[in-house]
Formats: sequence, structure tokens, C-alpha cells
Amino acid sequence: MSDRILTVEGLEVSLPVPTGTLNAVQGVSFHVDRGETVCIVGESGCGKSLTALAIMDLLPKRGRRVARELSLLGDPIVGVPEATMSDLRGNRMAMIFQEPMTSLNPAYTIGNQLEEALLRHRKVPRAKARERAVHLLERVGITAADQRLRQYPHQLSGGLRQRVMIAMALMTGPDLIIADEPTTALDVTIQAQILHLLAELQREFHMGLVLITHDLGVVARIATRVVVMYAGQVVETGTATEVFGAPRHPYTRGLLDCIPIPGKTKRGERLGTIPGMVPSLVGHIQGCHFAGRCPFTIDACTEADVPLTAAAGSAHEVRCIRADELMRSGFQIVESVA
Amino acid sequence: MSTTTAMRPEPAATASSAPPMLEAVDVTRMFMVSQGFMKAKKPLHAVNGVTLSIRQGEVVGLVGESGCGKTTLARMLLGLMPPSSGTLKIDGQPLAGMKRRAVARLVQPVFQDPYSSLNPRKSVGSIIGLPLRVQGGVTSEDEKKRVHEMMELVGLARRLFDNYPSQLSGGQRQRVAIARALINRPRMVICDEPTSALDVSVQSQILNLLQDLRRELGLTYLLISHNLAVVEHMADRVAVMYLGRLVEQTDTDTLFRNPRHPYTEALLKSVLTPEPGLGVPDTQLGAAYPNPLNMPSGCRFHPRCARRFGPCDTIVPRPLTSAAGMVECHLYDDDVKKEAAA
Repeated sequence: MSDRILTVEGLEVSLPVPTGTLNAVQGVSFHVDRGETVCIVGESGCGKSLTALAIMDLLPKRGRRVARELSLLGDPIVGVPEATMSDLRGNRMAMIFQEPMTSLNPAYTIGNQLEEALLRHRKVPRAKARERAVHLLERVGITAADQRLRQYPHQLSGGLRQRVMIAMALMTGPDLIIADEPTTALDVTIQAQILHLLAELQREFHMGLVLITHDLGVVARIATRVVVMYAGQVVETGTATEVFGAPRHPYTRGLLDCIPIPGKTKRGERLGTIPGMVPSLVGHIQGCHFAGRCPFTIDACTEADVPLTAAAGSAHEVRCIRADELMRSGFQIVESVA
Repeated sequence: MSTTTAMRPEPAATASSAPPMLEAVDVTRMFMVSQGFMKAKKPLHAVNGVTLSIRQGEVVGLVGESGCGKTTLARMLLGLMPPSSGTLKIDGQPLAGMKRRAVARLVQPVFQDPYSSLNPRKSVGSIIGLPLRVQGGVTSEDEKKRVHEMMELVGLARRLFDNYPSQLSGGQRQRVAIARALINRPRMVICDEPTSALDVSVQSQILNLLQDLRRELGLTYLLISHNLAVVEHMADRVAVMYLGRLVEQTDTDTLFRNPRHPYTEALLKSVLTPEPGLGVPDTQLGAAYPNPLNMPSGCRFHPRCARRFGPCDTIVPRPLTSAAGMVECHLYDDDVKKEAAA
């Protein structure tokens, strides 16, 4: 079996809005190999969540997705009948959402919801399904699993609910898990535990994991590869060490400058900021999407669309025409033509 | 930052000599919680004997998990809820018996979610000016002038005066919330997770603004946050809260360099900074957060503590104060350790 689990090539997502068409995702490409954790990171509205929903074919009804290639384990998952998709969804690929309270059904017991995936996708007796549910609940660190199966979601704390969601995603032993902000609604202590667990399970079950988050701290600690998105596009991608150790896009660099790091940033010192606002994605943006907020913008930035290009001899790609120049000068050029 | 009509004297030095802005002594807040139909109500001690003093011009960070009582404490400090017992003083005056309006002149809140803390049917100008109208005694021209000044101070363009919150970005909304809090020139601001709902690039703008305003207006902050990196950046001193009590309290440098309480240690461990290669820490905080209706015996942290020993599940730890600050843990109590060894 090939090690390539997910291939996304030139994914476009658009949504009709009263003022036109919102081009939420514009030509996103990445891939996930077995055992890899790929993190998609960006601020609100950059298109990261829609990318995930597009892969799962769970876009809002009016949303349109187009892709040069979208395949799971080598088989296309775009343009296939809904029956095929629902065989894959929750079976070969599973999703974990941000808010476990709203993604669990309050009217069914935990046990019922855990067993459902297995009963639907595999022809197994209920007792077998129950056995696996207990096993996985214990695996995700829930004590007294037997009793938990009879409980309802409201009887569990936020951290426990998220553990149940993870166990649920693992029920069928999927090849790919997509987790959209799985720890954002949780306390920092619980966040660390859940991420620790996810990383462990991913190694153990040898899955591909796509983690979508706005938290650069989470990404730096857990990612094999990082995809930085801005205004619908991938602006930088590479390994965590490449992207965080030597960011090449002014946006990535700007984001990292915004974050206080205990022991590194001096107390009370001004933090970096990114002035301005994300451009509207209704209609077409000529040239670099970040140009309006970038301190290094020159005329050429907005003249033509900027391709994603790799640094020589590596997979560290960046969407910036001045990347090499800025890297050489240590991001010192401030000759912006405003 | 532009010039403003400075109504306060120069910011007091944050030296330890500065007089206290806020003093809480053994403050407790109890709620009666229903256990279900026909069942007797049970007491829940959301805040259980908190003693905290904040000096003029100081920034104190208050950290802890959800449900630890941070917000209940904040509500009492704002005069929105009386304590069940204990005393609270703001600027030397006891809070008990003070009129709500008088408390509001001294201390103001900034809340987490600028999407729900602003009235969607009022314009920006009207939202920021409301505290002036509540306090009374201003003409409408006066109000407009002061709202304009305040908008400039927090970095809001004048043209947004007639806009509605739905037309603003998250960062702009939080600026409106800050302007509203400051319009009556309070002495102290309680910031309850002021940046948690914002994107990182906006978070840094708001944090910078809070720093500038503090310097310019000589404000005192209580900064409630679960983001320890933010607290480290902003606060002079940190208080760590667990299940209604402060378990450690010391200056920020000491706390981050040498955390003493095992809970503080676990909190610091779970800070995820964008430094690749460090991996996800194992906090070793085993069991889930306990039910506050069913407090653990002895030290309330013992079921989750990696360093618990003999007396932890039976004897309640006492606050130990030294030059290094305050900590409530048997590991630092020689008397208890001696007895346990005997």
C-alpha cells in the first residue's frame, strides 16, 4: 500500500454571497503521508476550515468545490456519488470538530454514538462494537468506560467530551483524521493532554493527521509539515523547523512577531503587529493578497499573481516575489512604495 | 498616542511603596446549587478565602482553569456581587455600602468577547458615551467631545462614531470596549480574557494598547487570562487560582523561573510557544478537574498532583508567606513534613 494518504491539488472553494462570489479557497495544494501530521494554520477567514470541509465533502449546500486532484489512498474523492463518499466518511477518514458539545447528539448515549460508526460501516455484532468502544475510551484515558457508555454528553466535562470525539473518530480505524481546532475550546492544561494523546494515537495507529488551528504554538510542537494560509491561499509551506526556524514569507514572520514568548520577549515591550485588515475575497485580487499589509510591498507585488515557489533543493515553498532578497537581507529592506 | 486631558496625577511608581489600589481580605463567595428536583441545595464555594492586594499602577495576572472562581472574584471586585464574607477595599474605601455608580467610577471591566459585550443596536459613539450619561452631569456636546478624545486615544478612527458593532472587526470592537471602560477615567481596569477571542495579529495590537494606556493614564490592571505567555508579558505579579483559592502568588519573574506549587508547574508546562522541536509536554495532570460541589479532602489539588505525599489527602495546606511570595503547599511546610516523616 502506498504511503500517500491524501492528495489535494489546486482546491478551490467558492460560496455565493449577496455581493458576488466569495472565493474562500484559491488553489490550495498539499499532501499527507502515513504517519504525518500536517497543520494548516491561519487567522479567521483564511479558508482553513473550508479546506477541511471540502475534503470531507461537507461544504454548505451552496458551496462549490473544484480541484485538479483530490484523492484518498489514490482513489479520487471528487465527482464520486454521495453513496461512495458516505462509505468513506467516518470510515476511512474521520473528522474531529472544535466544539464537542455541539457535535455530539445530546439525545443519545455516548455508547450509542460511538458504536454507530462501526455498525454502519462494518458488519459487526453490537457486542463487538461495544467491546471496541470500551477499549478506545480506555485508550483515550477515560476511566470507568463501561459506565461512561451509558452516559449522555451533558454529563461529561469539555475535556472528556473531546476525548469521546477522538475515540469516536478512531472507531473504524481510519487512515486519515482531520481535526478542526480540536483544543481551542479547552483549558490550556487539557489542551496539552489532548494534543499529547493525539500525537500518541497517530503514531500508534499509523494514520495521517490534518490539524487545523490558528495557534502557532500548537503547530510548532506537533506538525511534521506546516501549511500557512492567508486570504484563501497557501503563502508558505515546509517542515515545522523550516517555517518556524526561518520563516520566508513576511506574513508568517509578522505572525510570529505578534506572539509573546516567556523568557524571550521582554516584559512590557511592544509586540509586533500586522496593520490593516484581511482583504475581501469577493471577486479577484490582483497580485499578492498580503500586499496591502506588507511592509515590503513594491509595485511588482500587485502586478501579477504570485506563484508558490520552492527554495533551491528543498520543499520549503513561499508565495512572495521578494522572498530570496528579504531572506538575504534579514528582512531589513524598508523601501516600501506606499 | 495623542495628548489627552490628564485628569489624574502622574502614574504612581510600581514600587512596593505605592499604596494599595485594591485589597481583598479572606473573601469568600458561596452559591447554593440545586441538585435536582426535590433534592436539598448544596453550597458551592466558588471563591474560598482569597486574600489579594494590588498596588497602584501594578499589573497583576490571575490565572487558573475554567471553573476555578476567577470570574466570580472579578464580579465581586467590580461590585456586581457582594462577597459572602471577607472585606474588599478599593482605593482605600470599603466596597461594602458603596453605591454601584461610585464603584463604577473607580473600577471598570473589559470582557473577553467583544461580539457579545457590545449592544448591537447602539452606535459606537453611544456605547462609549453611555458611562458618562450614567454618571450624569455632562452636556451632549461635552459627551461627544470626550468620546472623540477617547476614540483617538484607543486608536479608533473618528468616522466610526456612527457605525454599529456589526460593522467593526474584532479588534475594533475590543477597542470600543476599552474606550467605554476608560471614558470615566477609572483607577483600575479588570480585564477578563481581553484577547482570547481575537486573532494573534489583533491580540498583539490590543496588548500594546493596554500597555500604552496603562503608562499614559497610570492605570492598575487585574489581568485574568488562561494564556500564560500573555500574562508573563504584561503582569508584574501573578496569582494562581485553583478551586476557589489562591495557591501561589509571587512576582512574574520568580514564578516563571522557579514555580513552587505543583499546579503552577503544570500550568507553565502546558504553555505551547511556537518553538519547533520541543514537542507536546506531558503535564502529568492525571485526573480531570474535580467537581467543586464535592471538594477533595486535605489539599484540594492532591488528586491531580504528581508530587503528593503523606499528609496531602488529610491536612489542608496553609498559606506560607516568605520573600519568595505566597504558596499553599505541604512541600514547603517544614512542620508538616517533619510530622509526616515522624
